[in-house]
Amino acid sequence: MRHILSILLENEAGALSRVVGLFSARAYNIDSLTVSTTEDPTLSRMTIVTHGSDEVIEQITKQLNKLIEVVKVIDLNESEHIEREMMLIKVRATGKDREEMKRMADIFRGRIIDVTEKTYTIELTGTSDKLGAFIEAIDRAVILETVRTGASGIGRGERVLKI
Amino acid sequence: MQISGAEIVVRCLQEEGVEFLFGYPGGAVLEIYDAIFRQDKFKHVLVRHEQAAVHAADAYSRSSDKVGVALVTSGPGATNAVTGIATAYMDSIPMVVISGQVATPAIGLDAFQEVDMVGITRPCVKHNFLVKDVNDIADTIKKAFYIAKSGRPGPVVVDIPKDVTQQRAEFHYPESVHIRSYVPATRGHPGQIKKAINLLLEAKRPYIYVGGGAVQGNAAAEVTELVKSLGLPCTNTLMGLGAYPGSDPQFLGMLGMHGTYEANMAMQYCDVLIAVGARFDDRVISVPSHFLSQPKKIIHIDVDPSSISKRVKVDVPIVGDVKHVLREMLDILRQSGQKPDAGHLAGWWKQIEEWRGHNSLLYTPSTELIKPQYVVEKLYEITGGKAIVASDVGQHQMWAAQYYKFDDPKQWLNSGGLGTMGFGLPAAMGAQLANPDATVACITGEGSIQMNIQELSTCKQYHTPVKIVALNNRYLGMVRQWQEFFYGTRYSESYMDALPDFVKVAEAYGHVGFKIENPSDVEPVLREAFGPALKERLVFLDFRTDQSENVFPMIQNGKGLDQMDLPPHMRDIQQVPFENNRDYGNMC
Repeated sequence: MRHILSILLENEAGALSRVVGLFSARAYNIDSLTVSTTEDPTLSRMTIVTHGSDEVIEQITKQLNKLIEVVKVIDLNESEHIEREMMLIKVRATGKDREEMKRMADIFRGRIIDVTEKTYTIELTGTSDKLGAFIEAIDRAVILETVRTGASGIGRGERVLKI
Repeated sequence: MQISGAEIVVRCLQEEGVEFLFGYPGGAVLEIYDAIFRQDKFKHVLVRHEQAAVHAADAYSRSSDKVGVALVTSGPGATNAVTGIATAYMDSIPMVVISGQVATPAIGLDAFQEVDMVGITRPCVKHNFLVKDVNDIADTIKKAFYIAKSGRPGPVVVDIPKDVTQQRAEFHYPESVHIRSYVPATRGHPGQIKKAINLLLEAKRPYIYVGGGAVQGNAAAEVTELVKSLGLPCTNTLMGLGAYPGSDPQFLGMLGMHGTYEANMAMQYCDVLIAVGARFDDRVISVPSHFLSQPKKIIHIDVDPSSISKRVKVDVPIVGDVKHVLREMLDILRQSGQKPDAGHLAGWWKQIEEWRGHNSLLYTPSTELIKPQYVVEKLYEITGGKAIVASDVGQHQMWAAQYYKFDDPKQWLNSGGLGTMGFGLPAAMGAQLANPDATVACITGEGSIQMNIQELSTCKQYHTPVKIVALNNRYLGMVRQWQEFFYGTRYSESYMDALPDFVKVAEAYGHVGFKIENPSDVEPVLREAFGPALKERLVFLDFRTDQSENVFPMIQNGKGLDQMDLPPHMRDIQQVPFENNRDYGNMC
């Protein structure tokens, strides 16, 4: 099953490689990973999307907690949460595709952020599923390039990941 | 007053009460070596290979309550240390390794003797640091010692670039450490402890399985008290030997791949198992699904939450310091005065005694050939069971574990997790320095000893009179045994040809050597070697042992605890048939 892990870790050189090294050394999966500093510059927050059985996810959580630089780990799937990912997608926008791409971007609440005679670059934000759905919805042949950030996640309501 | 980074390193080690620093100099650590030259609070031990420095520091920790420290230079010095670091990591041994690094401006430029030590050791350390600022040295070393010995212990590497050792700063050694992201567990959850006690009291066939965590966690006294007060049968893992006295009747012997019949059968057929600082690894329980095919409730006490429910899902996990948790259990039990049902327990012991009656460690004595088991038995007798025994890896290691009955923790030093050949001699050396008055024996084979034989030179220089008991069968014995069992006796590269004359080797290094070829000479030569005349000498005993001897019992890959290959005299025992347990595949 797919899980979204939120990790608070010391913003130190090498901390990221410890997390990534752990996943490869123990043959765990990383579907996506995002990381950046938080409002507290000494801390980074990482979101890892992974999948595995309950036992594997339990081990991943425990092994992450064991890393000295990891301050806290939560599995967002354990309660209500919000997930967002951003995608930039460059599409061919000529002839009838030009109108179609504009329309599709509007339907998915995307924004066209760069325009040339032959291309649009669309910015799209949503759950990973939604971004996938957009790719499915348009003609594959018009896609020139995609780049996705990987999911970021946060708990709903009062649930806060903080030290 | 400002002092150099190198001097700060030395001052930190002094503050930590370091007695011996095991190391080898080189370009990147010359500053530190100069600072060592100008101090006399601790002694430096110059090994002949960095791997040995780390094993010696590791064994110094294993055989004492202190933290061993090694110092190596950058590049090859650092990579040579890696095997030793991984060895300590797999066995959760506290240790601090300081490695030199090229100067900060040269990092990343493929400089001479540069290697990414922090990167290379990341998967085999508890933690590691690269110190980029001279002002951070003291804090970092303080943290390194704290991390190494707290919680589940482990090795910590501190990598220090040469220019940082040359820069100057004020020295201030912090009194305490606080790491907000690192809070090791101590006390167990009271509710869980209560549950565990209730389970134990209701058990019909209780069993206690004790691992290296009880040795490292100094919980041997608590383990013994629990076993005695409840009348439980007890087994130790290879790493746990000595946590419960090996000569006590409630001890069923070591369990696992080469465990005794009774220890393995009890593990399979108990109904309540309490695991103390052990991790259900593949060499102990073999296949988890087969182990669990006999229903049992499992209580697991461990300081490391990730060890719990890793290979086997347990019923009552207790995360905490094993000593603390056992102490609390004992207090509750004493107050309540409750005990498991005596009738059930008596029935269980009757079954165990029946298993034990087969005497699975019985071997066929010989007047022609020296049996390796006989050598270990005699060694046990002659040393009164009180020697510190460092072992290498292979058949001799298993015979040592089976036939030397360790009564005390920290008496048995071996590379259990990583299985590092070459561990024995440097480990014996480190243990002798930590315990100058103890008798230290190194049980080894002709294969393993040659992996760090250069340390005979270090032993000479620092007067460590260890006794090397080499069970020399001219084969890489464990490899040969597997080739006999599983590869149609095709002994591929397992024969040791062109062996040196070990007596002459010993003598060349300034030691004493004996070659023993007759069983009748085993005892007198051992008496001489361990006698007063040679007390201050390193003695190399080259026992020419039976080449065809195998280690029994043995659990083959994929088989269960009650599906052992038994010694010849037990072959008519009906065991559970072997259904093909393939879920964990061939784990070699």
